Amino acid sequence: MTTILAKKPNALTNVPMHYCPGCGHGIVHRLIGETLEELHIDDRAIGVAPVGCAVFADSYFACDCVQGAHGRGPAIATGIKRSKPQAIVFSYQGDGDLASIGMAEIVHAAVRNENITVIFINNAIYGMTGGQMAPTTLVGQVATTAPKGRDPKLQGWPINMCEMLSQITGSKFLARGAVDTPQNVLKTKQYLKKAFENQVNNIGFSMVEVISQCPTNWHADVQQALEFVRTKMIPQYPLGVFKDEGAK
Amino acid sequence: MPRIEVDANRCKACYLCVNVCPKQCLGKSKTISKKGYFPAEQERPQDCIGCKMCYVMCPDVAITVLKD
Ligand SMILES: Cc1ncc(C[n+]2csc(CCOP(=O)(O)OP(=O)(O)O)c2C)c(N)n1
Ligand code: SF4
Ligand code: SF4
Ligand code: SF4
Ligand SMILES: [Mg+2]
Repeated sequence: MTTILAKKPNALTNVPMHYCPGCGHGIVHRLIGETLEELHIDDRAIGVAPVGCAVFADSYFACDCVQGAHGRGPAIATGIKRSKPQAIVFSYQGDGDLASIGMAEIVHAAVRNENITVIFINNAIYGMTGGQMAPTTLVGQVATTAPKGRDPKLQGWPINMCEMLSQITGSKFLARGAVDTPQNVLKTKQYLKKAFENQVNNIGFSMVEVISQCPTNWHADVQQALEFVRTKMIPQYPLGVFKDEGAK
Repeated sequence: MPRIEVDANRCKACYLCVNVCPKQCLGKSKTISKKGYFPAEQERPQDCIGCKMCYVMCPDVAITVLKD
């Protein structure tokens, strides 16, 4: 008899994803699908897809989804959650989306302790639009709008969202994972599980930041992109749990 | 016996699975897929231990891990 040890979760559709080869977005999509299924919340989940490379995420998640305006995911998720409190609502956002145009929405969703789950994909670049500098771009990292590399004198420093949001009373769970190694992928899944469980248990605003490889706009092959995560991204964006008030 | 299957319609030949497999039992197909890639394939299923590391790293959810 053949048994299946691991397969595509049913919380993902059969639509093949459009991401570049080796892109971290696909790994995180799968982790979200697995988590929804394992917590038995896939039938009442509602996702908010961003503007960015993940703009078609609504085609990949089998649950109901809306595709929001750039950066407004947390505001849209707020509206859905408040009108349908039984739904499990998540917003999926890139760094340009969440930490630039959508900075006000994410900060105030945390301030209000909205009972939503936010997945924040930090690839230190505007992926979809061709590699412009993001608020999370590293010092010295080359982007089309920072052709000589990000210079703090001109463009300031990278922003660490977990650390920043941890100062806000209303935020309840903040963790940062990566998807460069199987160990980090499995750790990130634990964080996602916690972030969704918190919503089920009415603990409130929970965000998981994921350091995610963008081989295309890092101008790297897939293995070089993993190396960039290890040697450049993680030193600037340390992995771990920054706040966990659900545990108290 | 554990083994894996790769869905050639989803695989984009990033070879994250090939590089992560602790038993080095995966390789690159010599046949081009409809998508235009040389998908990953299991060259030595007899070496597979069913650890799922390939599945865990696959960004295109192209891998199924089975046990016969
Ligand atoms: C209101 C608005 N402003 C700007 C844009 C252009 N735009 C599309 S995607 C994007 C940034 C995407 O970067 P990020 O959020 O980091 O996602 P990634 O593609 O890297 O996953 C921008 C600025 C837009 N679509 N709408
Ligand atoms: S541009 Fe970067 S983030 Fe966008 S799909 Fe390609 S690798 Fe992924
Ligand atoms: S990790 Fe997935 S997409 Fe990449 S080569 Fe292996 S099967 Fe193909
Ligand atoms: S299950 Fe483990 S041993 Fe088998 S192909 Fe995948 S990574 Fe290799
Ligand atoms: Mg980005």
